[in-house]
Amino acid sequence: MTVGIFITLLAAAVQSGTPILYATLGEILTEKVGVLNLGVEGMMMVGALTGFLVSKFTGNPVLGFIAGGFSGAMLAWIHGLVCMGLQGNQIVSGLALTILGTGLANYIGTPFAGQTAPGFNPLSIPLLKGIPFFGPVLFQHDLLVYISFLIPPLMWLFFRYTRPGLELRSVGEYPEAAFSAGIRALRFRWAGVLMGGFLAGLGGAYLSLAYTHLWSSGLSAGRGWIAVALVIFAFWKPERAFLGAYFFGGVMAFQLRLQAIGTNIPSSLLLMLPYALTVAVLVFASARARGSDVPAALGVNMEPRD
Amino acid sequence: MYRFKITKRQETSIWHSCLIFFGALAISLSFGSIILALQGKPPIGGLTYLFKGAFGDLWALEDCLIKGLPIFLCSIGVAIAFRLQVWNIGAEGQFAMGSIGATWLALVFPDQPQYLLLPGMMGASMLAGALWGLIPALLKIRMRTNEIIVTLMMNYLAIYILDYLVYGPWKDPTSFGFPMTAQFSPGAILPMIGNTRLSLGLWLCIFFGIAYWVFFRFTRLGFELKASGENMKAAKYARIPYNTLVILVMVMGGALAGTAGFVESSANLNRLQPSIMAGYGYTAIVVAWIARLNPLFIALASFLLAGLRVGVEHLQLDLQVPAAFGDIMEGLILLTVLASAFFEKYRIGLRKPA
Repeated sequence: MTVGIFITLLAAAVQSGTPILYATLGEILTEKVGVLNLGVEGMMMVGALTGFLVSKFTGNPVLGFIAGGFSGAMLAWIHGLVCMGLQGNQIVSGLALTILGTGLANYIGTPFAGQTAPGFNPLSIPLLKGIPFFGPVLFQHDLLVYISFLIPPLMWLFFRYTRPGLELRSVGEYPEAAFSAGIRALRFRWAGVLMGGFLAGLGGAYLSLAYTHLWSSGLSAGRGWIAVALVIFAFWKPERAFLGAYFFGGVMAFQLRLQAIGTNIPSSLLLMLPYALTVAVLVFASARARGSDVPAALGVNMEPRD
Repeated sequence: MYRFKITKRQETSIWHSCLIFFGALAISLSFGSIILALQGKPPIGGLTYLFKGAFGDLWALEDCLIKGLPIFLCSIGVAIAFRLQVWNIGAEGQFAMGSIGATWLALVFPDQPQYLLLPGMMGASMLAGALWGLIPALLKIRMRTNEIIVTLMMNYLAIYILDYLVYGPWKDPTSFGFPMTAQFSPGAILPMIGNTRLSLGLWLCIFFGIAYWVFFRFTRLGFELKASGENMKAAKYARIPYNTLVILVMVMGGALAGTAGFVESSANLNRLQPSIMAGYGYTAIVVAWIARLNPLFIALASFLLAGLRVGVEHLQLDLQVPAAFGDIMEGLILLTVLASAFFEKYRIGLRKPA
């Protein structure tokens, strides 16, 4: 394999890993406040459709991208209402959200299947693109990729060095204690759930606006579930989310290229690759779980107080 | 200003629970009609059309039962695991593997007599489904992996294995390029009951349904399972280690979903083809949860959600409503029923300002 092909593949890995990165970061934020939201797949689908529709009818992809985020947050709001407002089981509510979100996106999107919308095109960064190897891999992408570079370091700083970040983490560890210490635990939970949904929606919108530039049903193809798995792989640390997201981006890009070249391997076996690797990655991460920052109160509802 | 006051209810009556349940259904149906209106379809007319299409005549009712069978089998399968708080989301994949197991035997021994072939196919499907449930169970107890994600990924894997087989080695050379196996021999097809379109699979459902009820009601193992699921501390006092219970529930659930794959391929399609994957395994989770894991309610809910599928098919054909409407309704029903349980547990009153 020549270096050229390798660089193309890595660049493709970054691009196709970006939607997964957005979604993984969103789910990390949600789980950090102690709420498990398995609706990522549904929020991504709704984000992808909303982004597509808004961009199509306003002609403005930036507006579409932001709208995609808000639609993800709206779906997350339902999860918050059912779990935080009404004490519903978080696992079941998340599954229901995935069924509902995928259904809604496919339902509303049916007349638009295969149509295109204005999206984001590559925008090389002047000086940085010239760096050998790193230039073409990292700095010849669209704007949304660059934005996604900034989120993990910001989240890392927020969790580690700011007071609200520390308070937010305490809510995920022991909400009752946090409440006793004067922290508005429920507010932090809401913020984490809504922001997480927003990021998942952005990830979905990336798919339709920058990755494919068109709408098709089943667009996210399990990426939301891969993101949920990657939270565990990333040990709930935003800075580690890069690794998993780009690894899976690479696997998906590699498998697409192989199909395009045409090999003897049947396409159904190639398509299995990301899902089989998700299991492998999960086993790997679970075996060395000691370094993980899993929030202690993850998945446990707070009792309502009168 | 008045504020809400939330207190825990001491007891709940059956009527109160029923009222809340049907209230939740009514709310999800009204959301459903809004969603119909979104596509410019008649909101109320669409819903009545859905009901008529699903339950309006004998033929439709038969359809509901036919679709209800695999949902029911998958649903009691996942319900066993849910009893132990093990999150088996993998009925879809276990169902696929079951249909593959049954088809394998049907294709290898087409000339065997029915009384050998059918039990063999059922055994193969149960084994294949159980294996697909066993893998996540082993990973969970040995490596502490999250069973939700593993079972879900196993669904994708099983569906692609099925695709690989029907597009590749098992493809019928006379199918004009369609991805499907050859039609099963008569010996591999489950007989129908009387003059109906219902197969003997119905008796299987009744048998397994009663077995589920007896297991949790009258056996010590069933009781221990339930207790361990409700309280991790109780698991320590159970005769059987928790890890063994995890394997047990996943294997039993896999075998049941596998049986559903056998019934569907043998009685309904008479062959294996990709359209066998209709999402019954996911509907089964919705059913198990809204029925609160009670076998009788699971049977009822399977029938109702099968009816939703039949009705949506009519909506799709005659009013051009996209098929995803069924998914939306399933999601809405699950969410509203889940949320409504709050009003059973808690009483909400108004508190006067101090």
